[in-house]
Amino acid sequence: MEFVPNDEQIFFQETTRKFLSVHCPIPVVRALESAPAGYDPQYWRQGADLGWTSLLVPAEAGGGSLSEGGLMDLVLVAEEMGRMVSPGPLAPVNVVASAVAAGGSAAQQAAVLPGLLSGETVAAWCGEHPVEGVIDGENLLLSGLASPVEAGAQAQHLLVAVRTEGGLRQVLVPGDASGVTVTPLGGLDLVRRFAEVRFDQVVTTPAERIGADEDAAEAIEHQLQIACVVQCAETVGAMSRAFEMTLEYLGDRYSFGRPLASYQALKHRMADNKMWLEASHAVMTAAAGAVASGSPAAGEMVSAAKTWIGPHATELIQDCVQLHGGIGVTWEHDLHLYLRRTTVNRVTHGTPEYHAERIATQLLGAVS
Amino acid sequence: MTTESVEEFRHRARAWLAEAMPRLSGAMPDRLDDNRRQVERVLQRTLWEGGFAGIGFPAEYGGGGLAPEYQRAFSEESLPYDMPVSLNVPTLGILAATLVDFGTHEQKARHLPAILRGEELWVQFLSEPSGGSDLAGCLTRADRDGDLFIMNGSKIWSSAAFVSDYALCLARTNWDVPKHRGLTMFIVKIHQPGIQVEQIRQVDGSMEFCQEFFDDVPIPVADVLGEVDDGWTVATRLLVHERNAVGGGSPYTSGRSGGHESSGQDDSLAQMVRQQGRAGDTHLRQLVAEAHVRGLVGGALIQRVTSGVSRGQMLPSAGSLLKLFSATNVMRRYEIGLELAGEGAAAWPASSAGVAQRLSEATLWRQGLSLGGGSNEIQRNIISERLLGMPREFAADRDVPYRDVRRGGARG
Repeated sequence: MEFVPNDEQIFFQETTRKFLSVHCPIPVVRALESAPAGYDPQYWRQGADLGWTSLLVPAEAGGGSLSEGGLMDLVLVAEEMGRMVSPGPLAPVNVVASAVAAGGSAAQQAAVLPGLLSGETVAAWCGEHPVEGVIDGENLLLSGLASPVEAGAQAQHLLVAVRTEGGLRQVLVPGDASGVTVTPLGGLDLVRRFAEVRFDQVVTTPAERIGADEDAAEAIEHQLQIACVVQCAETVGAMSRAFEMTLEYLGDRYSFGRPLASYQALKHRMADNKMWLEASHAVMTAAAGAVASGSPAAGEMVSAAKTWIGPHATELIQDCVQLHGGIGVTWEHDLHLYLRRTTVNRVTHGTPEYHAERIATQLLGAVS
Repeated sequence: MTTESVEEFRHRARAWLAEAMPRLSGAMPDRLDDNRRQVERVLQRTLWEGGFAGIGFPAEYGGGGLAPEYQRAFSEESLPYDMPVSLNVPTLGILAATLVDFGTHEQKARHLPAILRGEELWVQFLSEPSGGSDLAGCLTRADRDGDLFIMNGSKIWSSAAFVSDYALCLARTNWDVPKHRGLTMFIVKIHQPGIQVEQIRQVDGSMEFCQEFFDDVPIPVADVLGEVDDGWTVATRLLVHERNAVGGGSPYTSGRSGGHESSGQDDSLAQMVRQQGRAGDTHLRQLVAEAHVRGLVGGALIQRVTSGVSRGQMLPSAGSLLKLFSATNVMRRYEIGLELAGEGAAAWPASSAGVAQRLSEATLWRQGLSLGGGSNEIQRNIISERLLGMPREFAADRDVPYRDVRRGGARG
């Protein structure tokens, strides 16, 4: 069933759009290039007030959403942030908040959720780069490298996946825990910050575990799915905006006495771009719906979305650059912000090839 | 019948299908030949008797009168069964759909129940040897003579006309007005004196396509569909139905809408790779996954566009997105098939009629879906002009009485 936003969701989306256009228009995004965190903490708290961080957390844990489960609401926020290439750790905070709400102890929830939901603190998700864990009595000693980790250097909390003899485990550790070294990385996006997070014999106690041991693998897969859905929604928003800018430009720009938009060669490329855009939107929504409803096909749909959207997004925006002519490869024009964001999104949380291999494993079995 | 929920309907359909319809056996569908067509007419009759024919068609004319969700549920449940899928396109999804929109009560009462019973197969007589994409530039003429029109001319590229019963035929009834305003759509009985049907051999050896020649064919005025000289309105709607049906977004088709190969959801590519013992080849795994992903994306796009159009949030011409997607998808899918087949696509043992042979022969036909029902170039014009609002192409024949328009003679 195709996702159709209800009136409340449309209002919520419009509120987010208005907020971003007033508080974080593109010149502000550009100015944040030199900010260490890539965003203004005040902006993030205001976003949290609008509900950006509480959508995947049940009401009894202090969260709240407009739709069942909240993922479709979060998709709307992510699309809007993509349209404005907005800063802020939307995916990691929501993934970690949702994981803590689902598997965290009462003490962990009380310690972590209020800060994340109010925007006072942020969290980073290291779930896709498991580190090694050695069981030491009751404790688990972590060693290894997780990288790149979005908002790793800004995060007060790290949700870490750990590979042990007994299988995967999850722990939530403070960003400044003893033995944790966080090193900021340079990056393509002007405002999205990544870090490498090194664990050197980090001692974690049973109280720091998240969820039951036997649930960890499934929980981490679910977190990956949420992260990918948010990322794909953001990419689709960015594609939409770049496409609109280009369509408008083709109408305004004249050469040889006629608008560029009147040339059939260019019209046909825009038709293809429109098709890629709608197809990307469709598969993103289908993946979000599958994850939101707990469908057994969720993993497959998410990987289909990741496989399809990444290359089509960058190809579409590269073509927007081409259609703009020389101005498209200048710093001054905004298109490169969109190209930066969608390129980063294409290659993180699994490259298209990685996700295609997940699909192949389902169709052909694992490579022995 | 009281209002039945989609889920209740689905359960009833599931039980009925298991009882009444034969299960699909082999991985590959039978070739569409005369025998197969006869089988499908009988299958359609079975659907009719079970009350599951034409789920989306008006109840007044023998259909189910139900919303697209019901049809979709039935189609999903029907996937394991042998269904009369060749009736979907063009009979149900295009011609019957156009009859619903423009037919008089008498026309609908006469034809729709017969169609839903599998007794009438329909085709479209639109393209002409001189025409190609310029459909409205048609030269077949129908001249008024009392209660009759007398038709002369020729139509081409009509699929399976030789085994079909009726056609919707676009002909020029007025030469003194610009081309779009002098056309009329007719209901034409195919097998009658004055109409000669010739089959055309296609690149893959099959004989689906036909050319028809009309020699003083009398057509009763009562068989005009829509208004005289307003046939372009009917043709335009017919084309919308065609793009939806071919793109997979029709509310009137039942069962899988494309062939097995175009749906992307079948297992044939994975099966071929496994049979070759190359399931561990990284490159081939990527290709198999790509084909599968394209099928999933196509399905999601169909849902997005059909939902958007039915809610009025997208223009009906958004169906062109489906048509273009599905045509370009088939192109890529056949390329992937060819690469997977390797040498098997060039030569095969006489005893084998394997997946590789079927795929490589189908590859010759790869551009078929990119040509039929409005070429990809026409779909791109529609998307850019009607969906995106970009300026229309220059047309030398706009607002010129058709008899004064310059015409070439090349076969198109």
